Amino acid sequence: MLIPKNNANQMRTRILIKIAESYLENKFKDADRIPLELRPKEQQPSRCCIYKDRAVLKYRCMASLGFSPEEETDELTTLREYGEKALERTKPEPAQLCVIDVACSACIKSQYMVTNACRGCFARPCQMNCPKEAISFVNGRAHIDPDKCVSCGKCHEVCPYHSIIRIPVPCEEACPVGAITKDEFGKEHIDHEKCISCGKCLQSCPFGAIVERSQMIDVLKLMHDTDKKVVAMLAPAVVGQFPGEITQLVSALKKAGFDDVIEVAVGADITTQKEAAEFIEKMQSGEKLMTTSCCPAYYRAAQVHVPEIKPFVSHTKTPMYYTAELVKQQDPSCVAVFVGPCLAKRAEAEYDPNVDYVLTFEEMGAILVASGINVDECEPEQFGVMSYAQGRQFPLTGGVAGAVVSLVGDKADIRPEKIDGLSRENIKLLKRYATKGCENNLLEVMCCEGGCISGPGCIALPKKAARSVEAYVAKGEDLSKK
Amino acid sequence: MDKITVKICSGTSCFVMGAAQIQALEFTPPADIADKIDIIEVRCMNLCKDTHAKYNRGPFVTVDNELIEEATYEKVVTKIRDVLKNKECQ
Repeated sequence: MLIPKNNANQMRTRILIKIAESYLENKFKDADRIPLELRPKEQQPSRCCIYKDRAVLKYRCMASLGFSPEEETDELTTLREYGEKALERTKPEPAQLCVIDVACSACIKSQYMVTNACRGCFARPCQMNCPKEAISFVNGRAHIDPDKCVSCGKCHEVCPYHSIIRIPVPCEEACPVGAITKDEFGKEHIDHEKCISCGKCLQSCPFGAIVERSQMIDVLKLMHDTDKKVVAMLAPAVVGQFPGEITQLVSALKKAGFDDVIEVAVGADITTQKEAAEFIEKMQSGEKLMTTSCCPAYYRAAQVHVPEIKPFVSHTKTPMYYTAELVKQQDPSCVAVFVGPCLAKRAEAEYDPNVDYVLTFEEMGAILVASGINVDECEPEQFGVMSYAQGRQFPLTGGVAGAVVSLVGDKADIRPEKIDGLSRENIKLLKRYATKGCENNLLEVMCCEGGCISGPGCIALPKKAARSVEAYVAKGEDLSKK
Repeated sequence: MDKITVKICSGTSCFVMGAAQIQALEFTPPADIADKIDIIEVRCMNLCKDTHAKYNRGPFVTVDNELIEEATYEKVVTKIRDVLKNKECQ
């Protein structure tokens, strides 16, 4: 489950802002003060004491500087030193989600528990329905034998008093592919072979113990300390992520140091055209099913966890790919930075020679705040290339399929279906569709429920962002009439 | 009774630091205060530029002109309930 409106998210943004400020002010000279500034002495601690709070903050700062807390070799390495090391980097570190082990509260293993709402009733449906005879009655109350319990949840379903609860482990529950598990001390670890970089664990941990390596400093350095031309490629989900008009954001980003700004929706238009053509060709040659391919978390999940679906995944490249290709055709020497809502895009960028760096909207926001830029006060500036309605609707669930359908028209029999959110259930569903067939023939798969506007790198509320995106789509011209 | 005016700063700084999340009040306000508040998104109130503060204390929200620093959804809802209670006492 994702938890909106929470302190852990807010703190993550603050840290990013502080790190960006620290770079801009004096290249991390005072970076070691950041944990103290964010947790001053007079404040109530959120963990056991302010010292632990600050220790965790230091690890989170490390991640914001682009280091994985897992890689720590000397605990006495200061943030200033990490900052200086970050500035020596010439290429981004590989994307990686990681658990800060001191912050992980080692939640108890997920289990069913009888609460004191149990009345020890006469019917005792919990006992009668337990397939493993794990329930006995002690002192007039149900008791679950942990050695026998298989966590099937029958007792939880049948209790007339709702007295049996399930205590989940939030990150394990959120991970759709079982990549995060406990070690012998109860602390969580991420298996990087299994991880699809979707970021659901990071969004769901109530202790803010999961972080990922940021590339924010790398981009800041390129903009401020080199002569390189840095181009921002804004994912279609950007609409509504910052107050003010999208045209104002263009000039705001130029003020912040980008040399050019282009919409990835332009690449999404190309994806739509190619995917529609591919669909028509596939159906004509007798194939029964095709799935979209633009969600990198789904794409990786298909490779690693649902091999059955692999033959059905579209070969069309993602909007990021086509946009970066355009950017590099114009100027092969420039630095192409994708800015989006997605953590899995960082992993995708590693395999895309044209994409140099990936930032989240949150990191972009931190750069704007640290640079003292208010988007709302910037002059409007048009994009050089305009996008169409089709490409603009990619970040909404149903949007990619909708765009493809509009271009296929009556050239093929097209029956779209959307898989809204890559949950465990939906992964099972994908397996079933791949092996037993599906009554529809175009599957749109999005890892984040609601689409990219709910991605872990977003700032705005998904509902509100969806409205802005819809309004922007309505203003776009129809690609099928081009 | 007059509605309470809740102004949420939508300057970039406040928005990024958490005002975006406080906007949830527009969509799913708690039932007890839902019809007693007017939510207004305002442009930068320039409070973030106050150089006396050691660091930016945004996001800023005002509830009937009472200022909330480092506002969170929770803090704002609590303040609204307080103001409502005071109004009833008067």
